[in-house]
Amino acid sequence: MRPTGPLGSNRRPSVLLATAAALLALGIAGCGPADPAAAPQSSASAPASAVGGVVDIRDPWMKAADKGMTAAFGTLVNDSDADVTLTGATTSVSSMELHEMTMKDGKMVMRQKEGGIVIKAKGTHVLEPGGDHLMLMDLRQPVKAGDALTVTLTFGDGRTQQFTAVAKPFTGAQESYAPGHGAPMPGMSGQPTASPAS
Amino acid sequence: MTATPTARVVSRRGLLAGGALAAGGAVTGGAVVAAATGDREAGGRPAVAAPSPVAAVGALVEPFHGPRQAGVTTEPQAHGAFVAFTLRPGTDRAALGRLLRLLSDDAARLTQGRPALADTEAELGLLPARLTVTFGFGPGLYRAAGVDDRRPPSVVDLPAFRVDRLQPAWSGGDLLVQICADDAVTVAHAQRVLIKDSRPFATVRWVQQGFRRSPGVEPAGHTQRNLFGQLDGTANPRPGPPLDTAVWVPDGPAWLKDSTTLVVRRISMNLETWDLLGRTDRELAIGRRLDTGAPLTGTAEHDEPDFAATGDDGLTVIPDFSHLTRAHVTDDRLKILRRPYNYDGTPTPQGHADSGLIFAAYQADITTQFLPIQRRLADRDLLNEWTTPIGSAVFAVPPGCPSDGWIGQQVLG
Repeated sequence: MRPTGPLGSNRRPSVLLATAAALLALGIAGCGPADPAAAPQSSASAPASAVGGVVDIRDPWMKAADKGMTAAFGTLVNDSDADVTLTGATTSVSSMELHEMTMKDGKMVMRQKEGGIVIKAKGTHVLEPGGDHLMLMDLRQPVKAGDALTVTLTFGDGRTQQFTAVAKPFTGAQESYAPGHGAPMPGMSGQPTASPAS
Repeated sequence: MTATPTARVVSRRGLLAGGALAAGGAVTGGAVVAAATGDREAGGRPAVAAPSPVAAVGALVEPFHGPRQAGVTTEPQAHGAFVAFTLRPGTDRAALGRLLRLLSDDAARLTQGRPALADTEAELGLLPARLTVTFGFGPGLYRAAGVDDRRPPSVVDLPAFRVDRLQPAWSGGDLLVQICADDAVTVAHAQRVLIKDSRPFATVRWVQQGFRRSPGVEPAGHTQRNLFGQLDGTANPRPGPPLDTAVWVPDGPAWLKDSTTLVVRRISMNLETWDLLGRTDRELAIGRRLDTGAPLTGTAEHDEPDFAATGDDGLTVIPDFSHLTRAHVTDDRLKILRRPYNYDGTPTPQGHADSGLIFAAYQADITTQFLPIQRRLADRDLLNEWTTPIGSAVFAVPPGCPSDGWIGQQVLG
């Protein structure tokens, strides 16, 4: 029965809203039942959007997978006056590679991104299915739907930054790996993850 | 309503940056219409200078976060989908926590006009049209989570009633998601998103989709008509303390305070036999006038019925077995909040209707509020001649959550 508010009535700059969105995603990780595999480090939930991070990371998420490869996505926002270059990423459950999608022999394939991902000064870079993404290469344990995983980014100048991504059931992003850049990896069949509990 | 419904300017990310307040017209629910004065993308695209009108219905937002869940005492939206799930084997307490964090995040975003995370149809997430997503926990969820001691005691399967012809296809459920909005496309998209995120954890048990009058068709606050043509919900507790008393649990542990319960009954309404009745008989069955909804002893919808009044024939004016008589409750603590949706399926080849009511009743306690009314109706209600319960399910509706929380955290956390 509360009066209905219109969209935008709590008008805030879009950056703040986006930050709130990112914090919401992060908050999701922080208040669940204990789940050692998924629990973020205590300090990991804040820096993604906090002042002092190399970049803002908005709406981070990854694709749930039982095994093999999977990928993480989100929007990297560089509010500084200098370009920054993302050169590497890791999680506790896998090594990661920076990937891009490219057309090869008439189909889209993914391959490692040479030279890292450059986020221009005052610019944004979107990591999304079908585009650039952070590839988790060979999962040592399942990434279950609803898990929250900490990702550590490394930048060209040696700085690092952590953020937490929630795992979503997602059947898209069925990329094939480019021949010549590594053997095709299992686990990209895109089936909805089917293990709720284990 | 004077505002011309025009698509508002929305950034591709759905970040809601537009919006100086404009004076609201006679908009459903007393809401205010926002006019987008501009919109700025994250990348710094300059704001649009000229105001552009906002869609009057599509842009309206209901809050998601708060001590109580939305979608209960919220002015009912035009379209509703009730989605009941059966938990997969192995969906335990930890898995339920992950599921409800995902679904709460989806609901928090979509209800505020932002696409869900990983939304594959992001553009469909931009017009919430007062979308609410309300979560209900069936008895099986508490068992699966091993927290049966946190199940409100009245949340158990209802006893069998003489009038019941319950079908498994419309009954039971471990988890319920009630999705309501003033736009059917918005409901469909939210349903799709929520079901997709539930698939690792649960299977779809049943879905009931229904409708009420669309926004703008009637002034807000009007009692709805069901497909028998009757005003349906006249006896609801008045907004304010009477409503709060009937619906919300006022105290108790964190998992109980500010919770409520939901009974969903699918009531088949036999329009073929109803057609055989004249208008007078129809009014005697319900105990109210069809046009005004007034009790047969009164002139206005909310007049108190006089059950003792007799006519020239010596019989009571309102029949003892009328729906009004059997359902009548005066104590707010014993009332229920009816929030029903009509359904209208495909007629048979002979043209016989498949119509009825998704009867959704909210009350603080099923045993003390819903059951006495239901027993009196099942026992002797003239309307039973033309109505048949074909589905039944009960759910606890746990408290709401703050912006950094998730629905169910007080139960499962």
